[in-house]
Amino acid sequence: MTRYILRRLLQAIPLLFIISVILFVLMQNMGDPLATMGGRTVTRSADRERLSRLLGLDKPIYIQYLYWLAGNDWAKIDQDGDGVAETAGTRKGVLRGDFGTSLVNRGVPVTKVIGDRLPNTLLLMLAAELVIIGGAMMIGIYSALHQYSTADNVITTTTFILYSMPVFFFALVIMYIFAVNFKRWGLPYLPTVGMFEPEAGKTIAQVLWHMVLPVATLSSIYFAAYSRYIRSTMLEALGKDYIRTAKAKGLPRSEIVYIHALKNAALPIVTVVALDLPFLLGGAIVTERIFAWPGTGRLFLDHVSRSDTPVVMGLLMMIATAVVLFQILADVLYAWLDPRIRFK
Amino acid sequence: MESTAQKPNSVAQLPLDELETPPLSLGQLTWRRFRRHRMAIFGGVCLIILFLYAFGGALILSEKYANFTSTGDRLQPPSWQHPFGTDTIGRDILARTIYGGQISILIGVTAMLVEVLLGVVIGALAGYFGGVIDSLLMRMTEAIIVIPQIFLLLVMAKFFGGSLPNITVLGRTFSGSVVVIIGIIGVTSWPYLARIVRAEFLSLKENEFVLAARATGSSTSDIIFRHILPNSIAPIVVSATLGIANAISSEAYISFLGLGVRPPTATWAI
Repeated sequence: MTRYILRRLLQAIPLLFIISVILFVLMQNMGDPLATMGGRTVTRSADRERLSRLLGLDKPIYIQYLYWLAGNDWAKIDQDGDGVAETAGTRKGVLRGDFGTSLVNRGVPVTKVIGDRLPNTLLLMLAAELVIIGGAMMIGIYSALHQYSTADNVITTTTFILYSMPVFFFALVIMYIFAVNFKRWGLPYLPTVGMFEPEAGKTIAQVLWHMVLPVATLSSIYFAAYSRYIRSTMLEALGKDYIRTAKAKGLPRSEIVYIHALKNAALPIVTVVALDLPFLLGGAIVTERIFAWPGTGRLFLDHVSRSDTPVVMGLLMMIATAVVLFQILADVLYAWLDPRIRFK
Repeated sequence: MESTAQKPNSVAQLPLDELETPPLSLGQLTWRRFRRHRMAIFGGVCLIILFLYAFGGALILSEKYANFTSTGDRLQPPSWQHPFGTDTIGRDILARTIYGGQISILIGVTAMLVEVLLGVVIGALAGYFGGVIDSLLMRMTEAIIVIPQIFLLLVMAKFFGGSLPNITVLGRTFSGSVVVIIGIIGVTSWPYLARIVRAEFLSLKENEFVLAARATGSSTSDIIFRHILPNSIAPIVVSATLGIANAISSEAYISFLGLGVRPPTATWAI
């Protein structure tokens, strides 16, 4: 098992390398990060030249990639524009944990830019994931136990309608109902933007209150996929011989359903969740944008539109690494939960 | 169909063979099964109505009308003149849903074609040849799977979405971003299909009919595209249909985030 994990980890290295090259090339032609550096005025050409030299943007792309990957403290760079490289670089490179500094928030390390936003996204996404798993579990088990009943059909249709709705449409509809109309009717209404009211401060109650609509939006689309998945694995488990044996033994129904069937049905679900979790790091771009939630999804959107290569690369590499690690984790978890599976 | 022409005068006089119902062609069998499936009929009817709406509607309302702005009548509630009301700059929403539907269906179908083409070719090559080609192609596939699609879409939309000229096809002008959107949705969605096709090829290439085809001297491309591919068509069709829906909603997301199809071309997203 240890050898299997080690081999998978080693295989991940070239994979992450390929990803970083593809992304780096894509990020290069994305626009001009210097264009907005002059503030409201157009960046002067002398400034532009100096800035691109200082930021290393005048170098050919493979040098830029090399500096990004391995840093430039071992190389001399030209800082005053006389054509002679004399100053030693200061960047350490991604391999040594230095993701560079943001081009938009000048001088702020990428790790800090992302670190400031990551807890917000994790809070929102983990809450959403809990709601999704809990809700989908109940729906899935209920419809598996009452297959093809009216309730099952109604639930299936509703979840599929939610599933096929674009996220932003659902978000705007619930915003309209629970914020706009509730306010008009004088009912307690839900807030639509941000994490907290500035005058009330960032209290737990405020943040929870602001999370209601984004979490509802995020959960709505995933309910269908997860509950269908649970329904089908539950149905499969309920048809097995050991369930008949359990029934024949005269075990109570709840024990049969929740211990014998669910435990076996949960196996594939655990791996699906493990595979989905890392994608939460990226936040839901659309949901965060609509509800103005200060998370990584919005960070990505803001910095992509201003071609801030270091931040976008840092964010995407973080997600890619997490996905690769969680894929390995999912496989290991599966083998651990189901001892019949052996990895060589 | 030929065998239905005979007119038996009495059942007892017929030889046993002719008592059996004439065999149905594949098309007839499919149609029979389709007709029995209520959901399939329902889905088919919905699809036909959508196509009629998007393409038949164009006969009634002109595209100029869909892009006609009159800021005096902005944000009007539905009325006889504008059955769906008007948008923020006074365009008729009914006409825009008709023309937007055409573009959305166009994007969905063509992006799916790009996806199927890439996915099938890459999956087939990787599955059939194995070895170095397989591991190279599969590493590339994994690299694309690992990044969530929406991120890749946004980065690529920014990358290719500089200043694009408008394209004129069949007397109608499209924003050049339509082509870009089709391309990037196709390019980012093929990896799942490629993996499915590869898995199919891995198991099918060990079958006897492949050995037989090789023994009769079929060329490699014949074996891949005429012997193995038709046998793995089922999962490809399934993921192609899902691909159309996925492409339409992907386009909606990137347009919503401001990097999608540029005005004045309408899509269902705007």
